[in-house]
Amino acid sequence: MPNSRSNKARSGRLRLRALQVLVLVLLVVIWHVLTSPTLLPPIYFAEANQAAFFFGEPVKVFARLWQWFVSGEIYEHLWVTLVETLLAFLIGTVSGVVIGLWLALSPTASAVLDPYIKAVNAMPRVILAPIFFVWFGLGIASKVALGVTLVFFIVFFNVYQGVREVSPVVLANARMLGASPRQLLRHVYVPSAMSWVFASLHNSVGLAFVGAVVGEYLGSAKGVGYLIHQAEGFFDMNTVVAGIVLLTAFALLLDWAVGLAERRLMVWQPRSIETERT
Amino acid sequence: MTPVLALERISCTFLSRDDASERYTAVDDTTLLIGEGEFVSVVGPTGCGKTTLLNVAAGLLKPSTGTVTVLGRSLGGINTRAGYMFQTEALMPWRNTLENVVAGLEFRGVAREEALERGDAWLKRVGLSGFGKRYPHQLSGGMRKRVALAQMLILNPQILLMDEPFSALDVQTRQLMENELLELWSADRKSVVFITHDLEEAISLSDRVVVLSAGPASHPIGDYAIDLPRPRDVAEIRLTPHFIEIHAKIWRAMKEEVLKGYAQQQKQ
Ligand SMILES: Nc1ncnc2c1ncn2[C@@H]1O[C@H](COP(=O)(O)OP(=O)(O)O)[C@@H](O)[C@H]1O
Ligand SMILES: [Mg+2]
Repeated sequence: MPNSRSNKARSGRLRLRALQVLVLVLLVVIWHVLTSPTLLPPIYFAEANQAAFFFGEPVKVFARLWQWFVSGEIYEHLWVTLVETLLAFLIGTVSGVVIGLWLALSPTASAVLDPYIKAVNAMPRVILAPIFFVWFGLGIASKVALGVTLVFFIVFFNVYQGVREVSPVVLANARMLGASPRQLLRHVYVPSAMSWVFASLHNSVGLAFVGAVVGEYLGSAKGVGYLIHQAEGFFDMNTVVAGIVLLTAFALLLDWAVGLAERRLMVWQPRSIETERT
Repeated sequence: MTPVLALERISCTFLSRDDASERYTAVDDTTLLIGEGEFVSVVGPTGCGKTTLLNVAAGLLKPSTGTVTVLGRSLGGINTRAGYMFQTEALMPWRNTLENVVAGLEFRGVAREEALERGDAWLKRVGLSGFGKRYPHQLSGGMRKRVALAQMLILNPQILLMDEPFSALDVQTRQLMENELLELWSADRKSVVFITHDLEEAISLSDRVVVLSAGPASHPIGDYAIDLPRPRDVAEIRLTPHFIEIHAKIWRAMKEEVLKGYAQQQKQ
């Protein structure tokens, strides 16, 4: 009995996947039909190839992607974007954890700095990019700096919250078991804060990526964001779209990796309800 | 004989956080002396200040007035001679069962290997061998209480402070745990302060039952020696005539306070 039920569930899942792929195929086909200069007479635009100019052509987009990977020229740019993302994520997370812990555990410092933190967080930080270019040049460092300003606050607020939300009973229990203030920090505050940091992992990795790409777009000589910017200069819409497709795939991959890490690190957290899966 | 734990003329007044003029006296002028190896239960209506009193004994809360003396010494900070079993969940959710049990040893710098060995032994003693790798959320309520018990007892404290440890459990599990507690306790008779709102539980476990009045300004209104023979089975002893007699006597004194406490909760 359970076997037939799981079979049914599996076939249901397959159907869902098939439908999802169908939607993608349909969209690509519509895109192709509407942008191809020869298939339809111009419906909206005056000239036949104008639609392709604005929206790119799927065949050419995929050809561009294919050429990138076959020639291998894309790997260098992907690598740069990945390194920027990871560095921004790491530096932003570490500084967010350290400063979050410090401010959460010292009420005076947090009271004094509170308005400044609110102000910096409210500021649209992308406009710092030109300043970072002046400070750090057009290389990796300025993109990392931009990503860090985005990641830092996510992590910082989560750590702050995590420390504030430590169960007073768990804390009292650790004290009764003989924990020194240092041990409380290491064995109670940090693990509790980390659970909040992990909960925001998807968010912070995503923002590190945004920082890297936007930084590249605004000024650089390498990275996928740079490729897009460059193609835009030549009105090469096919390359722009190819870059966007690549970035999207890359972001999905990052998200998947984060999901894996999360499941590894958060074994102690209850998921809604766990039973044996067949 | 000097008491192991002495709470003398304890009062606890809480100030409201928003309005300093609003104050609430939970415990007023309470004296409680616990002798060597004595099992004392404190009963009282919900909200009367039992947890507050226990926190004072643990050194987690400074009383507004009064003194706490542990083994003849006045208590400054945390009561290091005491183990505390909390009313609500107190296990570290990010540590598995074994790591929770050995936490106290780890804090005291006991070598890892020795700590794990002792932790395993304690898990066995509380009937949880084989559950060491589980996390608290993967255990039942009764199992979590066992972990908390092992976590406290592994440090071999001279005084056990227990705050309604079994009140969240179903009746069967609860009686099982009560019997286990008595068995563990009888091995080396520590001094126990056992908080409960359940008079039957108090009588069946204790050498002495202290009854607190309803709050505000809660204070002891009765102190009864329980001369039931040991070893006891908590389920069976409830059926003996002597138990029923003691129960009736204490209940008569308590009833009024319970009603008062109930009326007060209605008002809030
Ligand atoms: N930190 C606190 N601040 C203000 N009031 C408190 C605080 N802790 C306890 N109280 C009050 O003191 C009374 C006694 O609480 P408690 O000791 O937890 O009762 P019990 O354990 O007997 O149910 C309650 O009315 C509660 O509202
Ligand atoms: Mg209580």
